[in-house]
Amino acid sequence: MSQKDRTLRILVAKPGLDGHDRGAKIIARALRDAGFEVIYTGLHQTPEMIVAAALQEDVDAVGLSIMSGAHMTLFPAVIDLLKEKSATDVTVFGGGIIPQDDVPRLKSLGTAEVFLPGSTTQAIIDWIRANVRPRAAA
Amino acid sequence: MSTKAATQPPAPAHDPNRRPTPGAPEKAGQPLYSREELTRILAEREAWTARELAETLARAPRRKKAFETDSGIPVPDVLDPASVPEIDYRRDIGYPGRYPFTRGPQSTMYRGRLWTMRQFAGFGSPEDTNQRFKYLLSHGMTGLSTAFDMPALMGYDPDHPMSRGEVGKEGVSVATLRDFEVLFGGIPLADVTTSMTINASAVVALAMYVAVAEKNGVPRAKLGGTIQADMLKEYIAQKEWIVGPRPAVKMMCDMIEFCAREMPRWNPVSISGYHIREAGATAVQELAFTLADGLEYVQLLTDRGLDVDSFAGRLSFFWDVHNDFFEEIAKFRAGRRIWARALQERFGAKKKESLLLRTHAQTAGVSLTAQQPYNNVVRVALQAMAAVLGGTQSLHTNSLDETYALPTEDAVTIALRTQQIIACESGADRVADPLAGSYYVEYLTNEMEKRALEYIHRIEAMGGMLRAVEEGFPQKEIAEAAYRYQAEIEKGDRIIVGVNGFRTEGDEPIALLKIDETVARAQVERLRAVKAERSAEKVKEALGGVERACRGGANVMPPIIEAVKAYASLGEVCDVFRKVWGQYREDGRF
Repeated sequence: MSQKDRTLRILVAKPGLDGHDRGAKIIARALRDAGFEVIYTGLHQTPEMIVAAALQEDVDAVGLSIMSGAHMTLFPAVIDLLKEKSATDVTVFGGGIIPQDDVPRLKSLGTAEVFLPGSTTQAIIDWIRANVRPRAAA
Repeated sequence: MSTKAATQPPAPAHDPNRRPTPGAPEKAGQPLYSREELTRILAEREAWTARELAETLARAPRRKKAFETDSGIPVPDVLDPASVPEIDYRRDIGYPGRYPFTRGPQSTMYRGRLWTMRQFAGFGSPEDTNQRFKYLLSHGMTGLSTAFDMPALMGYDPDHPMSRGEVGKEGVSVATLRDFEVLFGGIPLADVTTSMTINASAVVALAMYVAVAEKNGVPRAKLGGTIQADMLKEYIAQKEWIVGPRPAVKMMCDMIEFCAREMPRWNPVSISGYHIREAGATAVQELAFTLADGLEYVQLLTDRGLDVDSFAGRLSFFWDVHNDFFEEIAKFRAGRRIWARALQERFGAKKKESLLLRTHAQTAGVSLTAQQPYNNVVRVALQAMAAVLGGTQSLHTNSLDETYALPTEDAVTIALRTQQIIACESGADRVADPLAGSYYVEYLTNEMEKRALEYIHRIEAMGGMLRAVEEGFPQKEIAEAAYRYQAEIEKGDRIIVGVNGFRTEGDEPIALLKIDETVARAQVERLRAVKAERSAEKVKEALGGVERACRGGANVMPPIIEAVKAYASLGEVCDVFRKVWGQYREDGRF
């Protein structure tokens, strides 16, 4: 299988302290059912832990799920750490309880897409298919 | 599921002599209708089915092939006395304030006293929340309810690296007794009742509440309120933990025992279905897992040698109220009946108070939608009405903006007014259990009871809820139900107004409450100041006392009270738990 066609690998990650993993687990399962390779970090991850997992698992994208209101701190922290590790080709997207007003700022800081409450798993799957590309071979 | 920790208390061997929870009675001793009358009713139903119903269906079929409740209980075309032939009125329904309490825990219900209107509040600094408390009390709220921020709930101080971005965001930030002094400043603690929503670090929060009250001259025996402290549901659903399930449950049993001795007006646990439901459980699963949690606590406490009647009267419950109106009402009724029978028949409780399932309720946060947010006011009103018709003792109504953020003052006021309208204008306050005798509600109550008991018996066969949680059983059942629910919405089998039906473009944005990072800086600063002022020697000594209790198996409450009085921080006390038992982590199964 060529690099271009290989199955996309997605890390579903729960940064921060909130334990609301209903959404993260539904999305992890829906992405797996849609044919992606999915790794779920489990709860209470620091940005450092998420980036380490992303690199170790060689994923193409990281989906961050957060409900605690700490997204403005934790999303940029993950993106900055990926930059530090020269892994800017890992696409970062996310979702959760995020006010509409925060979306432009999150995007300007490098979040590729933000899915708000009420988004369907299909919309997320379609977006990944359209926007995430396998990383270049290291 | 858990990582190994240093010195976990040993798992008690499952005792095959443990008594099982009694099942629902299968036959009526004294049926409401005679066999002859039931035969006539069934014949009449058959005639109706063959004639009126068949004629209508020939012209216009049903909208759906089959109807069922959100928990999957089948709903037939019509319900009648033959749908509930096993009901024995005196045994199964009876009177309010009388066994088995199906109709409510008090004999007068809202004719005597309305439910407590208790809006959950907490955000930002202790000063911010203290102000919101005073605002709500001045608008007719009758009990305080405290939300803590994530660092406090997970046992971290605001200056810990894990607290980055989280200080004051989802609740009030607290680290030491100094924060509690500000939080409850100017509030008469002997007169109000306070609810504290905190679990893994609940032992520390209760110790701080006792300490702040005693500093103000209010003895602990006079304190009234509730602390959530329900650890089993944390591993099942909410996922706020410090150490593993066994030591966590051990500490909460310490607290229940301590309160039974020293704080007679305090409810040391709120056995919570709310988070189980919000994580995706059905109403049946919520009922079953919550009662199974409660029964496990009673088992563990009686295993310690405590007399069931010395603590069972202070156990309180917390239900979610979701959209399926009649099923929710049935859940409240079935819950009271199962609990009363189990406490009496399985545990031999004698005092009436021990048999009562007294409950707080909250409308379903997960049912609110970000789309067309004003519709949420209507959802909340319907859910609140179901809680009242179900006979709740206290109620929190959610605010319309809570899919996005903590509520603004205006949104909280509408939510509180919703309860006041139900209480003063709807007439729902006039009689206890107004839906008793409805064939549909009695049928649903019986079905909820049967289905919940099936789960409860399955869990008991596994060795009890602690074991079931370690095996991930309820967690898996809930994740399945949550996935099914989402799939129903995406397939359009389930319509959520404004989300996958009746949509409009360009919703008006609503005002939101935002917490900025100045709270974090101020809280870190205050913690630093407290640490500089306190006696380091005293703190070290007091924390040593906590560690000795943890290792030796003594009750942890008294040394924790000493530690917080010496201004040891919440994070420092919880670090002792981590040191002794290890930080708990869940794997990434999905």
